Amino acid sequence: MRITQGAFSFLPDLTDAQIRAQLEYCLGNGWAISVEFTDDPHPRNTFWEMWGMPMFDLKDAAGIMSEVEACRKAYPNHYIKLNAFDSTSGWEALRLSFIINRPKHEPGFVLERQETQGRSIRYTTRSYATRDPEGERYA
Amino acid sequence: MDDVVAPRDLANPAERYRAGVLKYVQMGYWQPDYEPKDTDVLALFRITPQDGVDPEEAAAAVAGESSTATWTVVWTDRLTACDRYRAKAYRVDPVPGTPGQYFAFIAYELDLFEPGSIANLTASIIGNVFGFKPLKALRLEDMRIPVAYAKTFPGPATGIVVERERLDKFGRPLLGATVKPKLGLSGKNYGRVVYEALKGGLDFTKDDENINSQPFMHWRDRFLYCMEAVNRAQAATGEIKGTYLNVTAGTMEDMYERAEFAKDLGSVIVMIDLVIGYTAIQSIAKWARRNDMILHLHRAGHSTYTRQKTHGISFRVISKWMRLAGVDHIHAGTVVGKLEGDPNSVQGFYNVLREDHNPVDLQRGIFFEQHWAGLRKVMPVASGGIHAGQMHQLLTYLGDDVVLQFGGGTIGHPMGIQAGAIANRVALEAMVLARNEGRDIWREGPQILADAARHCQPLKAALDTWGDVTFDYASTDTPDFVPTATAA
Repeated sequence: MRITQGAFSFLPDLTDAQIRAQLEYCLGNGWAISVEFTDDPHPRNTFWEMWGMPMFDLKDAAGIMSEVEACRKAYPNHYIKLNAFDSTSGWEALRLSFIINRPKHEPGFVLERQETQGRSIRYTTRSYATRDPEGERYA
Repeated sequence: MDDVVAPRDLANPAERYRAGVLKYVQMGYWQPDYEPKDTDVLALFRITPQDGVDPEEAAAAVAGESSTATWTVVWTDRLTACDRYRAKAYRVDPVPGTPGQYFAFIAYELDLFEPGSIANLTASIIGNVFGFKPLKALRLEDMRIPVAYAKTFPGPATGIVVERERLDKFGRPLLGATVKPKLGLSGKNYGRVVYEALKGGLDFTKDDENINSQPFMHWRDRFLYCMEAVNRAQAATGEIKGTYLNVTAGTMEDMYERAEFAKDLGSVIVMIDLVIGYTAIQSIAKWARRNDMILHLHRAGHSTYTRQKTHGISFRVISKWMRLAGVDHIHAGTVVGKLEGDPNSVQGFYNVLREDHNPVDLQRGIFFEQHWAGLRKVMPVASGGIHAGQMHQLLTYLGDDVVLQFGGGTIGHPMGIQAGAIANRVALEAMVLARNEGRDIWREGPQILADAARHCQPLKAALDTWGDVTFDYASTDTPDFVPTATAA
């Protein structure tokens, strides 16, 4: 399966030139870029690991691409995403987020059902990958 | 009316309040030198006076009948601070290019209104006055809600920013579809449509406005099957999904029961119809806020009073009321789809829902400056006769913070529902990517879609099926303005 979180997951994986164009767009809007990675792609895993702090003062797409490269080198088989943060009043939130690296094999999720009262069911979504401890997944 | 008004010295209170009938202008409801206060509620009405009624008197009558006046002088006015409570018509302009119609500006003292109550606000502003005989027709075009009043409302429970954070979806419009056919499916078949659409790539599916609890599908069945579909689709894609479970019912007690069940099942969103009424909307908005629930509003019924220019209430006013009342989503037009929607008017609605501050913008029908004072932003929903082939137009007109709902455009796809969803999602992502790269999507849109369709057979099939479908009719609800007119 292919996890479809992020803005561009339905398109073929973005090339570095395409990623750079998106970075230029974000920088042009005054947004700060950050790189995050994880090996727990659960849809409600809000807090991926930070590859350093958001690059508030880095306005150069080439510089950001070198951080992307370094993160990919360290975590070639993790999910990596780029976030663009807008600090203006009324937003103070991400304005764009998209995946730029993913494991070679994505095993996906099992949906566990617990039958409860009436016909209600409690659902649990569990990633097959997280059966293994953090850091040992997607080996 | 002139024959019944005997001359009297209006400066003398004993004379002014002597029993009898005065013109509204004479009673103090027309004050052309009045300077509205920052705390006043302001309203702009389009008035069509009866023949022989002059526009200032008609405007004063609207001010009077929507505030303190009755048809005759009453001495009990003198027991009150009546000069303060009287609404003041302070300006009347002819409607550009439309003889016989006038824009009347009216200011209302803040203390005329109960804090935090749309019902009370509207009972004054639209309560009696629309049936008033000296007018042929009346329309409430716009309102300015003063910050002091806006702050008495909770506003949207969730708002655009928090909704996006909860769903973990940034940088693109959200995608939805209304389950079709809107009536007749059993719970199990209905859930099938939800599953296919969400798994294919939509973020949301939606009950239609008239899906409540009918013989072919009771509400509990619908909720149970829909949540199975949502959870299955979530596991299949790794993305958060939602389905607007319509909790509209005959009583508030039933609505709360349905909303509680939706919450127990883990739904992220519930839905109501505009026809439940302003107080019911505020009640369920309060419930939504207490229960971390996104609240979707379908504007069922609005066209009965928003569409015709001479009568009713503009949808920009409904948008303002609903932002105050606290809904998170509201259908606000598509521009290009099957339902009424002049581009300028629709953009005006969207600005009212999404911006922190609306400057005067006559071209888009915004007559008053409006500060929203930190009230959260409402996500507009574009629904009704739109398809993937219009993606460049939709993104240009409506921007990123909108739910694009392709009901027929998903479910009617020749290769099936999942394919329909994939086509819409690929078209959207390709268009956002291209726009961010700096391409002129308005001009290059069809080419961008054709290029994206080269790696996506479902998109190609969608473009082949609907690529040329347009709904090109003249709009009835267009702003009337002269580009050089000055601001209110």
